[in-house]
Amino acid sequence: MRRTLFQSIVAPVISTTLYFVVFGAAIGSRITEIDGVSYGSFIVPGLIMLSILTESVSNASFGIYFPKFSGTIYEVLSAPISFIEITIGFVGAAATKSIIVGTIILFTANLFVSITILHPFWMIAFLVLTAISFSLLGFILGIWADNWEKLAIAPTLIITPLAFLGGSFYSISMLPAFWQKITLLNPVVYLISGFRWSFYENADVSVYLSLMMILIFMTICIGIIFYIFRTGYKLRV
Amino acid sequence: MFSTEKIIEIKDLSKVYPDGFHALKSVNLDIHKGEIFALLGPNGAGKTTLINMICGIVNIHQGKIKIDNHDVINDFRITRKMIGLVPQELTSETFETVLGTVSFSRGLFGKKKNDQYITKILKSLSLWDKRDSSILKLSGGMKRRVLIAKALAHEPKIIFLDEPTAGVDVELRQDMWEVVKQLRSDGVTIILTTHYIEEAQQIADRIGIIDHGELILVKEKENLMRELGKKHIKIILEEPLNEVPEELKSFGLAMEKNNTNVIFSYDSSDKNGISSLLQAMSICGIRFSDIETKESSLEEIFVDLVKRKSD
Repeated sequence: MRRTLFQSIVAPVISTTLYFVVFGAAIGSRITEIDGVSYGSFIVPGLIMLSILTESVSNASFGIYFPKFSGTIYEVLSAPISFIEITIGFVGAAATKSIIVGTIILFTANLFVSITILHPFWMIAFLVLTAISFSLLGFILGIWADNWEKLAIAPTLIITPLAFLGGSFYSISMLPAFWQKITLLNPVVYLISGFRWSFYENADVSVYLSLMMILIFMTICIGIIFYIFRTGYKLRV
Repeated sequence: MFSTEKIIEIKDLSKVYPDGFHALKSVNLDIHKGEIFALLGPNGAGKTTLINMICGIVNIHQGKIKIDNHDVINDFRITRKMIGLVPQELTSETFETVLGTVSFSRGLFGKKKNDQYITKILKSLSLWDKRDSSILKLSGGMKRRVLIAKALAHEPKIIFLDEPTAGVDVELRQDMWEVVKQLRSDGVTIILTTHYIEEAQQIADRIGIIDHGELILVKEKENLMRELGKKHIKIILEEPLNEVPEELKSFGLAMEKNNTNVIFSYDSSDKNGISSLLQAMSICGIRFSDIETKESSLEEIFVDLVKRKSD
């Protein structure tokens, strides 16, 4: 963390600033309000969620893939620690870093727009649960990947498009009826909706449905990791 | 001298990899407390698989492994704390410092911080001056030293050295064997694999030879050399022999250098061979000017055993 402190902090600050310049200033001048919230403020939860998703997946997948690639994984596998502890270590580190990045984005956004957090407990809960769930997903991808291309596939081709199409920068109620139904198949919609509700009480779907979706997603990831460690898939032959 | 108390017990251990490769076939082996055990075998014989199974890096397909009477699966927290592994490949956290990575290893294996001990290890491996250097900047030999330091960081009772001298210079090899000797005198059990068989011959107490996943033999080095080693005598004749006389044919002599040298090979345990030969030569009136003796090296025994098995 100390070694990557500069890029860990500076990169999200710059990207958040750019999002505000592009979306806040350029588009925000045309869309003044969504559901009673200024456009600039409206996109903040989506912006944080976008970073949390990509950071969690990237950090966790790289975190486990690199020791596999370099061969240093032998030390972790031969250490007197259980699979659960290994998972907590890698996933916890990735989730912690993405939560820090999310917090930095929140403070940076606060410099551009006014932000209200009506349900801080729920905000933290969604933030932490999403970071952990997607770090679990990243951990799975890092174990599955056996080359750098595979490692880059999920964040680039799946996570970022899902986050962009999941209502980060708009309310899904703004879409035509057909696309609203299609969008509900995107799991990220539920995360962003729930997270945005904790800020402004504006949600595309019920907050409980959001919470349930994230818990289901997390359970599936834990199940897959359990299977990986039980069989040794790509880690311990 | 090492005790005969077992520290590692391997019973009926087999390993079949997912691609069907049978890496180990019913291996039974006991390692004694405090000994230096050299595991020899050609490439792909199963040495690294065996070590990795003991250390928990490779799943056990069939069989049991116990360390100090603890099962390596059920009591993995106890057994793994007792083991230090120096892997064959030069793998290290590229961006980490020497001190950082060695200290990390100690913590990973559940030992409290002990700067004094880490300093002692780094100094003994001539790494102290490089403690703040990034591993990325170290030479291959220095990286090998770092791996040894990491393996020793948690004060293990057993240490596995998997090809520790592969690709390292003479100075490091000598330094490393000094460290190994020191560890042995501290009561640490050492299991090593090496392609430099003369090193195993010098340092090991017992030798195990593995080939195609089977443990061909396990013997104390001295016994192995005595039982399986051959002695050779070169007798330099005063005059060349046109042919071996009938009386000497039973000795299986070989001739060389225009029939002026006679070579006699016999088992190390054969006490009467030389005197019988010299007596028979005297009866035949064959005079000689000099005698040279040579004993089989461990390497020759190893090659002979592996070759005999593949035949």
